Amino acid sequence: MDITFNNVSYIYQKNTPFAHKAIANLSFYIPSGTFTAVIGHTGSGKSTLIQHLNGLVRPSEGEVMIGNYRLTRDEKPDNMRMLRNRVGVVFQYPEHQLFEETVKKDIAFGPKNFNVSQDDIENRVREITSQVGLPEELLGRSPFDLSGGQMRRVAIAGVLAAKPDVLVLDEPTAGLDPRGQHEMMDMFTDMHKQQGLTTILVTHSMEDAVKYADHVIILNEGAKYMEGRPEEVLTQREALHHVQLDVPEMVQFINAFSEKFGQKIPYHRQSEAELASEIRQVLKGAGKDE
Amino acid sequence: MNNALIIGQYVPGESLVHRLDPRTKITVIFFFVFIVFLANSVISYSVLIAFALTSMFTTRIPIRYILKGLMPVWFLIIFTFILHLIVTNKGTVLIDILGFSIYSGGVIQGFAISIRFFLLILITSLLTLTTTPIEITDAIEDMLDPLKKIRFPVHELALMMSISLRFIPTLMQETDKISKAQASRGVDFRTGPLKERVKAVVPLLVPLFVSAFKRAEELAMAMEARGYQGGEGRTKLRELKLGKRDLIVFILFMIITAALFLTRNY
Repeated sequence: MDITFNNVSYIYQKNTPFAHKAIANLSFYIPSGTFTAVIGHTGSGKSTLIQHLNGLVRPSEGEVMIGNYRLTRDEKPDNMRMLRNRVGVVFQYPEHQLFEETVKKDIAFGPKNFNVSQDDIENRVREITSQVGLPEELLGRSPFDLSGGQMRRVAIAGVLAAKPDVLVLDEPTAGLDPRGQHEMMDMFTDMHKQQGLTTILVTHSMEDAVKYADHVIILNEGAKYMEGRPEEVLTQREALHHVQLDVPEMVQFINAFSEKFGQKIPYHRQSEAELASEIRQVLKGAGKDE
Repeated sequence: MNNALIIGQYVPGESLVHRLDPRTKITVIFFFVFIVFLANSVISYSVLIAFALTSMFTTRIPIRYILKGLMPVWFLIIFTFILHLIVTNKGTVLIDILGFSIYSGGVIQGFAISIRFFLLILITSLLTLTTTPIEITDAIEDMLDPLKKIRFPVHELALMMSISLRFIPTLMQETDKISKAQASRGVDFRTGPLKERVKAVVPLLVPLFVSAFKRAEELAMAMEARGYQGGEGRTKLRELKLGKRDLIVFILFMIITAALFLTRNY
């Protein structure tokens, strides 16, 4: 589903001394099937933005369009549940939302609310469990007996079991060990590609953004600061420093390399191995010149 | 969720009322509750109203915010007024409606009681509007100090109070977060038959309790790790100090009390 924000503003606790603008005049367009990273410092309005995507909050001004669902200050879609079925949100630390007696029941909770038939739920639970890499024998256990990483997978499976078209991920790898982080992000990319999902990743990891996303939006104090392709946006060091962000490590390395050897290597999201062979080429070439 | 009633809500500020020692504020309010009942003439009521309104304006909190926050209480005030209109039968009959006679005494009585009620609530909500919960707890601990002589666990009581107050916003945030997460999984807290809505609370309460217990354990461990062993010999981070402005407020309050005694009818 296409996602459009038209001049959206959101004000918390309007008409009180605590009123505070979380999002200011924000406009962007996310085409269906893309992988977008939303980056911003703490308090830049990322969480508020997410809550607009499945109608948890409605804009104070402006308009949000999710597919055919329209959200404005006075207007909400008739079928909010349907919207929430189609937009799956994995919140930060999603393991905090587990509550059922067994892992299986917890994964089935979402689909059950969205009126999926019992047989279908059984199939989905099995399918999703293997997709997120949970051993099947855990299905009968209490989610509170699992390790932190496993709980996170159960919670994510609970969101995926509703088969959303749009997947919103709020810092899905926070607090996991490096290997778990890799596995989890790879899992999301596979799903994004296989199922043609529209994925929105909220993060402050420049590495993840540059590695997985094909579109980047940078927020600062509730407003859009930069937008574009990752290799264009995430290489602008000065501009990023201005909002307490840094370029990805790879770009830092290339910059340092260029400075030291006086040879410019363009950044085009190459892998570490690709960069290594490019460097070899450059150094070889330089050797011949002498 | 939390903007209906402002009692208990602190609004940060730098006004005179904000900077008063919390013990001064509590003492003045404690006695104010008594002297409200001294008033029985137009002038004595005016003195009280003047005091309450001046305090309100001094806080520099937007008046509309205070009055709007007292909305749920307005209902009680109006209810009290109407009750007095109907029940009292002193003075002369003003009008007859549907067999009820409204007496002039009833109107006066209704007004008087409603004003008292309003003043009490206004003044007490000014305390919480201008004083952080922690300040109030410190003040209560300090004022209950003499009870330590009879082995009353004043410090423990104060600690319990400050910990619960400290965690109210945290729990509110947590509730908000979990209810949003469950709403995203298709739970509907707002519509549907009552039975369904009661059932919808389970996915909210279970995670909330789990995290509250976890938090309590972590806090206990953190306190022990830092060598906490109760109030014995413990010094304070925030020392309460009475200043010149507290003295002025006390004197002012005594003058007002004296004025009330002078202006009331005997």
